[in-house]
Amino acid sequence: MKYLLQRIAFYLFTAWAALTLNFVIPRMIPGDPVKSMISRFQGQMDPDAIESLYVLFGIDKQAGIWDQYVDYWGQLFRGDLGLSFTSFPSPVSEVIGTSVWWTVLLVGITTALSFAIGTGLGVLAGWRRGSWIDGLLPATTFLSSVPYFWLGLVAIALLAGPGSFFPSSGGYEPGLVPAFDQYFIPSAIQHSLLPAFTILISSVSGWILSMRNMMVTVAAEDYITVAHAKGLPERRVALSYAARNALLPNVSGFALSLGFIVGGTLLVEIVFSYPGLGYLLFRAVGAKDYPLMQGIFLVITISVLLANLLADVVYMLLDPRTRKEG
Amino acid sequence: MTIPTSSIDQVIPGEGAMAQPDTAPAAKAKRQRLRFVANGKAATGLIMLAIYCVLAIIGPWIAPYDPDARSNDLLAPPSAAHWFGTTHLGQDVLSQILVGTRGVMLVGLTAGLVATVLSVLIGVTAGFLGGAFDEALSALSNVFLVIPALPLIIIVASSFTTAGDVVVALTIGFTSWAWGARVLRAQTLSLRRRDYVEASRATGESTWRIILFEILPNLTAIIASGFVGTVIFAVMSEITLAFIGISSISSWNWGTILFWAQSQQALAQGAWWWFVPAGLAIALLGTALSLINFGIDEFVSPRLRSSGKSKVKTASGQTVRMRVGFTPVLASRPVRATQVARSYPAAPVSNGKVNGAHVAPRKEEVK
Repeated sequence: MKYLLQRIAFYLFTAWAALTLNFVIPRMIPGDPVKSMISRFQGQMDPDAIESLYVLFGIDKQAGIWDQYVDYWGQLFRGDLGLSFTSFPSPVSEVIGTSVWWTVLLVGITTALSFAIGTGLGVLAGWRRGSWIDGLLPATTFLSSVPYFWLGLVAIALLAGPGSFFPSSGGYEPGLVPAFDQYFIPSAIQHSLLPAFTILISSVSGWILSMRNMMVTVAAEDYITVAHAKGLPERRVALSYAARNALLPNVSGFALSLGFIVGGTLLVEIVFSYPGLGYLLFRAVGAKDYPLMQGIFLVITISVLLANLLADVVYMLLDPRTRKEG
Repeated sequence: MTIPTSSIDQVIPGEGAMAQPDTAPAAKAKRQRLRFVANGKAATGLIMLAIYCVLAIIGPWIAPYDPDARSNDLLAPPSAAHWFGTTHLGQDVLSQILVGTRGVMLVGLTAGLVATVLSVLIGVTAGFLGGAFDEALSALSNVFLVIPALPLIIIVASSFTTAGDVVVALTIGFTSWAWGARVLRAQTLSLRRRDYVEASRATGESTWRIILFEILPNLTAIIASGFVGTVIFAVMSEITLAFIGISSISSWNWGTILFWAQSQQALAQGAWWWFVPAGLAIALLGTALSLINFGIDEFVSPRLRSSGKSKVKTASGQTVRMRVGFTPVLASRPVRATQVARSYPAAPVSNGKVNGAHVAPRKEEVK
């Protein structure tokens, strides 16, 4: 329990550091970013938006940096992340709220699949070392060295195109309205196939490799030899004795990768114009929409922190040694 | 059972030279030094990396065209004049890739260097000095570890109006040292109480001398693999930044090529030659670096080496699968203990034979 409390305290500290970083970065930009922003929009900006910009960059009034910092925290606790000016009157929290679900569903399902497939293959590769599965390793290394986004580009070029089953961009048919009905759901699934496939191909090798290496290490342990000596069937030794113990690092890795669901695959979304968080960040960067960029960074950071906490809890439940030390 | 002497060399490196006093010492030393390169994966990776380094240096000179020069061959597929085809403005893609290599390698290596130096400074200091230093430095590296790197890099880089190569390299370097620092700290903690460190402390060596000459040489493999890993990450991040148009698009790197290919709808026009070479270049560089890292891993922990052949045909025509730590026993015909005792009265297991099947030496020794 003491261990858990320590971890929570650490994550609170990290959250504070990340949020402070979020406060400091816009203030380090040289020059007057608001002036350049106003001239970029050539007078089409609402006075409210200009006001919120000045607040964001902390050059609105001659308030001290400390007062600004207190104001910033006050805003955060009210859930007020400012106004986005690419989709102007709507607040940042609303814009993020609509796109975060696309990312969570697409990448969440894909990550779980990738973990299951990769771990399974890793068990096989580690147990039957020297068999044909070892030949799979260089191939998967190459695939994981390919940037996600480039694989996406190639997939679009080869598989998508006019008249193809796979659509090349978007999250659903342009004419449809997001709703849970028989028109929208199939369309959304159809649009998510290619991005999901891309992520799967390039992420599976990491799981294979780490699981294989753990299996190789565990297979040399004495209790495996004992299990063999007892005459247990090969399958049982491999799965209940070796794999079960080798799984531990991969499970905590899985909990960690849940945090990267939100921020890890920005580029796949950009390439496929998938309406998730990554694509949103891309548009925000392109339009220099600082409030939106900061909001996205905030959401990503917090989800990574929560995932880390989850990983710690899972580890504590699975590995009695951590409980004892705490 | 005779074990080939070469396998002793692998298991106990120091002992090898003494086991064979008749070998010329010079040849021996040379083989020791080249042992890392003798690993197939590491050698392949190093050769590929060397080719990239050479291209980074001579790329701009051997490029057949000026990468910015326009010509009348618009969107031409690969041909003898333009090996990788041309862009929408008639620029030569091959020249763009050759010229872009320098930027990619420069940013990757600089960022890797910055991150490695930071991780060694912070990790080793924290691990060796301990106490309040350790607490503060570990907290710092843990914070950097959990803050998501790529979004942070994107936000910081986009804050600069024109992010050149130097800014990108420094941003990546300063945000990606934490993992290395954590690993180094853990390893230093396990080294600092070893006997040889205590011995040098007892002889009155200064702290810095102990760190530099006793601790650091034993961390070489970890530092090297951390460096390679950071370079992979830096190259990917840099190309990502260029691809989404954050770093300046006036200088060429592979991400810039992909940026133009994407923004000019190369896909819709079927111009595959515009983005395939750049992607392959990235993937091959990444593979080369990963291979070096595998080589380092296997060099440090021989268990991970996969030996080519694990199935052995026995004299009686049965197949035995070799595994680490196991003595293969043929299980097709169970033999009762009394029978064994009767058929091998004096020496049940001798000359490496069990039930008539040859027992191969353990797997690592086969290599």
